[in-house]
Amino acid sequence: MAEPIPAAAADDSLLRVEGLKVHFPVTEGVVVQKRVGSVKAVDGVSFALRRGETFGLVGESGCGKSTTALAVLRMLEPTAGRVVFEGQDLTRLGRAQMRPFRRRMQMVYQDPFGSLNPRMKVRDIVGEPLVVHGLATDRSAYRARVDGLMDLVGLLPDMADRYPHEFSGGQRQRIGIARALALEPSLLICDEPVSALDVSIQAQVVNLLMDLQERLGLTYLFIAHDLSVVRHISDRIGVMYLGRIVEIASRDALFAEPRHPYTQALLAAVPLPDPAREAARPHELIAGEVPSVRNPPAGCGFHPRCPEAMERCRERRPELARRSRSVVACHLYDADGGGG
Amino acid sequence: MSPDPGSARGNPSHERAEPLLGIEDLSVSFRTDRGTVRAVHGVSLAVSAGETLAIVGESGSGKSVTALSILGLLGDAGSVDSGRIVFDGRDLLALDDDAIRDIRGDRIAMIFQEPMSSLNPVLTVGKQVAEPIRLHRRVPWREAYARATELLERVRIPDAAHRLGDYPHHFSGGMRQRVMIAMALACQPRLIIADEPTTALDVTVQAQILALLKELTREADSALILITHDLGVVARYADRVAVMYAGRIVETAPAGTLYAAPAHPYTEGLMASIPGVDGAIGARLPTIEGQPPDLAGLPPGCPFAPRCQHALDTCRTVPPPLERVGDRHFRACYRDG
Repeated sequence: MAEPIPAAAADDSLLRVEGLKVHFPVTEGVVVQKRVGSVKAVDGVSFALRRGETFGLVGESGCGKSTTALAVLRMLEPTAGRVVFEGQDLTRLGRAQMRPFRRRMQMVYQDPFGSLNPRMKVRDIVGEPLVVHGLATDRSAYRARVDGLMDLVGLLPDMADRYPHEFSGGQRQRIGIARALALEPSLLICDEPVSALDVSIQAQVVNLLMDLQERLGLTYLFIAHDLSVVRHISDRIGVMYLGRIVEIASRDALFAEPRHPYTQALLAAVPLPDPAREAARPHELIAGEVPSVRNPPAGCGFHPRCPEAMERCRERRPELARRSRSVVACHLYDADGGGG
Repeated sequence: MSPDPGSARGNPSHERAEPLLGIEDLSVSFRTDRGTVRAVHGVSLAVSAGETLAIVGESGSGKSVTALSILGLLGDAGSVDSGRIVFDGRDLLALDDDAIRDIRGDRIAMIFQEPMSSLNPVLTVGKQVAEPIRLHRRVPWREAYARATELLERVRIPDAAHRLGDYPHHFSGGMRQRVMIAMALACQPRLIIADEPTTALDVTVQAQILALLKELTREADSALILITHDLGVVARYADRVAVMYAGRIVETAPAGTLYAAPAHPYTEGLMASIPGVDGAIGARLPTIEGQPPDLAGLPPGCPFAPRCQHALDTCRTVPPPLERVGDRHFRACYRDG
């Protein structure tokens, strides 16, 4: 096995996820619950984020990308593995020890309608993290801080005294971003941050995230299923399938030369917004659907749908290994050896 | 892998004398707690047999309401204020409920976004596919079930004969949408209206479903109206496109023309704001500034004027009419060129 962990020098990585597993127990019985198995939502995921970069995590529903995010934040307890953030393994920390690190990593959610409390004024929504972390001692400083955050995300401070329903979807997402920035995090985990927005508004929010990254030196873990948005914003991209990462590459390498058959299928399935290009490219469609994580196939999780599947794919699970410009988990490249 | 037979590639343009469906100057209003809101404003559209027309727009553009009015499915709060919807020579708006019901599901079928909520959870899939056949074709159940099996095979549900007795929750999202397509095809409709048919599905499954839908409608020489917000889907599958904004059609053109030479500032903005394959690292996307329109508080004149860089004084007073700018290419805009 060649180089199991995607190469990112330990010194410049803000976040390193190593062998992360999140398994949920499956139980049977009403009175006495007996554990009969487990759902391996995330099953051995490793990647690293360099300071200031955007790492895109893509995959279809049930691939484990959102569960990975929740485990990184320890909103879900990992079953195994390490989450090293700013040099500290978070999985070993207790609740109180975790607290200062929670401030440094914040989340932006998909649904700008469901994630804001409709009974709270925007000022209180944006300022709430400051209150929770005991940073809102001086009243006027607090007000100024909230006004500053509103301004930072392109909203007028005057709007802070309104309620969420008075805002459009794009404005609500700005409010969610302002709240996430209140504690000056170094890492922002964005889970499908623009997929609920209209096309004309998506671009505004994507630009805002890029501006904020530049101004504040933020690092993003950007989770999405929309490959065109991920391609636009990411420096590197990880592709997930059935709880595992199947490929990691720089954005250009991934789109120019996808190595894993699943990555290739995913790119081919997404129609390009250009009829001329669409007419010129072959539409090789992959058959079947993602199998259930409750009953994953043996060997490589992708083998039942893979046009290139070989005998060993059914028996042995391929490990991530470096193959020229990508890190890929696929037996097709076994003969290539490591290095490259 | 198999080649995608559903792509728009090599598809001849469909120009026939008589369109299958013609919508003329349709206006639709809804009663809301903020007063009466006009959701569709003077929309005219036509679609011919064998043609795929995409209606594109963002939330509140009126694309779904236009589709629902064709089928008389506006509900109690909505009403058609004016216009005609001529299908196969008959004005659907002049028909009574019984006559509309005969057409709906028979000559015109609809596929909705959410396959889970559009299927009845307590009826078997076989019964739900067989029902419209029995109803519209007046055949016994046994015959309807035999036809249902054929249909489920045509939409490539594995082991179809044995799955007739299964309930919707036994099927995956993609398989449920195949069932919906089977139901829509049951009576060999001349027109299929698909409202965001794959938005709830994963991309690899989305591609399968759209390819299947396109293939089946082409085989039957039916017309397909595809309602979507996804400009990639439009580029791959549509022959012609109508772009809607705040209840009006702002531009309509053959798909190739619309992408190569958009003529309305809104279409231009929409096209530019999609992250492209050629974008430089770190480049910002061109955006359409401002917020989506609020139907309850639309300005007089062009509804896009408040967000338009090219807006003139006239734009803010009188809405521009849809005018021809090229071959089958129309736009509603006062800007020169």
